[in-house]
Amino acid sequence: MAAALRLEGLRKTYRNGHVALDGITMTVPEGDFFALLGPNGAGKSTTIGILASLVVKTGGKAWIFGHDIDTDFARARRHLGLVPQEFNFNVWEPVVEILINQAGYYGIPRRRAATRAEELLHRLGLWGKRNQQARNLSGGMKRRLMIARSLVHDPRLLILDEPTAGVDIELRRSMWDFLREINAQGTTIILTTHYLEEAEALCRHIAIIDRGRLIENTALDRLLERLHQETFVLYLREAAEDLPDLAGLRLRRVDARTLEVEVPREAGLNRLFAALDDAGVQVLSMRNKANRLEEVFMSLVGRELDERPATKDTA
Amino acid sequence: MNARERWIAYWTLVLRETLRFLRIWIQTVVPPMVTTALYFVIFGNLIGERVGPMAGHPYRDFIVPGLIMMSVITNSYANVVSSFFGAKYQRHVEEMLVAPVPHYVILGGYVTGGILRGLVVGLAVTAVAAVFAEVRVHAGWVLVAMAVLTAGLFSIGGFINAVFARNFDDISLIPTFVLTPLTYLGGVFYSIDLLPPFWRELSLFNPILYMVDAFRYGMLGVHDSPLWASFVIVLTAGTALWVLALSLLRRGVGLRS
Ligand SMILES: Nc1ncnc2c1ncn2[C@@H]1O[C@H](COP(=O)(O)OP(=O)(O)OP(=O)(O)O)[C@@H](O)[C@H]1O
Ligand SMILES: [Mg+2]
Repeated sequence: MAAALRLEGLRKTYRNGHVALDGITMTVPEGDFFALLGPNGAGKSTTIGILASLVVKTGGKAWIFGHDIDTDFARARRHLGLVPQEFNFNVWEPVVEILINQAGYYGIPRRRAATRAEELLHRLGLWGKRNQQARNLSGGMKRRLMIARSLVHDPRLLILDEPTAGVDIELRRSMWDFLREINAQGTTIILTTHYLEEAEALCRHIAIIDRGRLIENTALDRLLERLHQETFVLYLREAAEDLPDLAGLRLRRVDARTLEVEVPREAGLNRLFAALDDAGVQVLSMRNKANRLEEVFMSLVGRELDERPATKDTA
Repeated sequence: MNARERWIAYWTLVLRETLRFLRIWIQTVVPPMVTTALYFVIFGNLIGERVGPMAGHPYRDFIVPGLIMMSVITNSYANVVSSFFGAKYQRHVEEMLVAPVPHYVILGGYVTGGILRGLVVGLAVTAVAAVFAEVRVHAGWVLVAMAVLTAGLFSIGGFINAVFARNFDDISLIPTFVLTPLTYLGGVFYSIDLLPPFWRELSLFNPILYMVDAFRYGMLGVHDSPLWASFVIVLTAGTALWVLALSLLRRGVGLRS
């Protein structure tokens, strides 16, 4: 069985000389829910652009379900659904026409396209807006419109470039449910996001790109196992005068009623609470300082902003 | 894509292009009608009375074919250049690029849209002309063929302009500095027989002259140059531009980074 996506030594140097991709090799198995992560400017959208034939690669090869995107592009494209990072529909066109036209470009007859469009607009909660010009939609609705549009031709691989940027919490949850549902029905999904809790909630495999190179590509569980310690924030009932001494756990005071503690994975939390109890410190509530995936991510790509490669403003 | 799918993609584009200009008919169809009416009031009636007959026809009848051709040329060009540049600018051209539509289908769809706009406006202008002058048909097939071919040629021209355009100024450059002068000097308002020899020779290098001339033959039965020359010129130029436009699309000029 061919992988949903295979990249081999993918390279891209933009015309201004900027090397955006420096040899990316990876495979996404069929049926996967895959996260492509990386800081701003890492090369995620460039990778996706190459697959969607919007960016011309300067090296390497790519296959979508075994179809070479260069030599067998018609079939490769037929299997790919794309939700780009930026809005790219005609804002003057009515919502339903955007979907029907997109279906037309895949050679789907108008009547079948209309049925499919109706179904998708219902599922994404846009049916009531079907005759509105796209410019009259809210930001979240525009995102959903792009998701609906990417699905008109029933792609087997769906790639979403930051689909939940600027989407409210409730809508984000319902988008997650929707994506899980179509993944369960067999669509392979690749997603980029800067919300790592999103990747953690949805994805089974994670790849991390940094400065055009693949620095990680593994199962989510594997990645999380690498988390040696977690940082918790504790909110106290009242200001604690003396902090208990906890061998092995580093306890730090943030302010009078807030503490931060670093707990090694193997230590667990019982000892911490026992010690706090003994010291008469009453904990009201507790949270993870950062989401778990976020911590691993930072340990892999974390660096200060001024260490980042400066964005060139001259060609 | 099989033939049927390509056909569906083509008609999708044609329909979308047609709806686009019909939806904004106040900007696309009405202005040329108003301009033509003004031409007839000023040149046809006021000044035309004093000019006297040209090529054996009353002046106001003589300018009918040229005015129709002028609107066909301007509108087919404008339709494709603004629609395709708009698609680049708003990036919805990507909707086509991510799909498996062959390049010639994309080009064909836009060009057909441009031809339809040219013909719709041409007919609207003819209707206006009929109010002020006599609209005659000498050779119907020449009229139809010349109008379609000319509209097609300038649609492809508009497409190429849009490919290279980087901003809205770039889409009005060619119409202002090339198309309008060539059209005005292309025998819309006069027969080139009236020109001094030097200017007449120079005019013969203006391709629009031949299209207007053939179209005038189709209506009035008079012409300055042989009919076949007009067809050879418009077909050759059309083929050359088509090939150029396709190669630009294939190389992704202005479309893929
Ligand atoms: N058309 C272009 N010309 C020149 N450089 C470009 C172009 N597009 C992108 N780049 C550069 O390539 C690098 C990768 O950009 P890309 O858009 O792929 O990043 P990304 O991982 O998607 O980032 P983000 O998370 O911010 O969307 C960046 O440094 C960017 O400035
Ligand atoms: Mg991006």
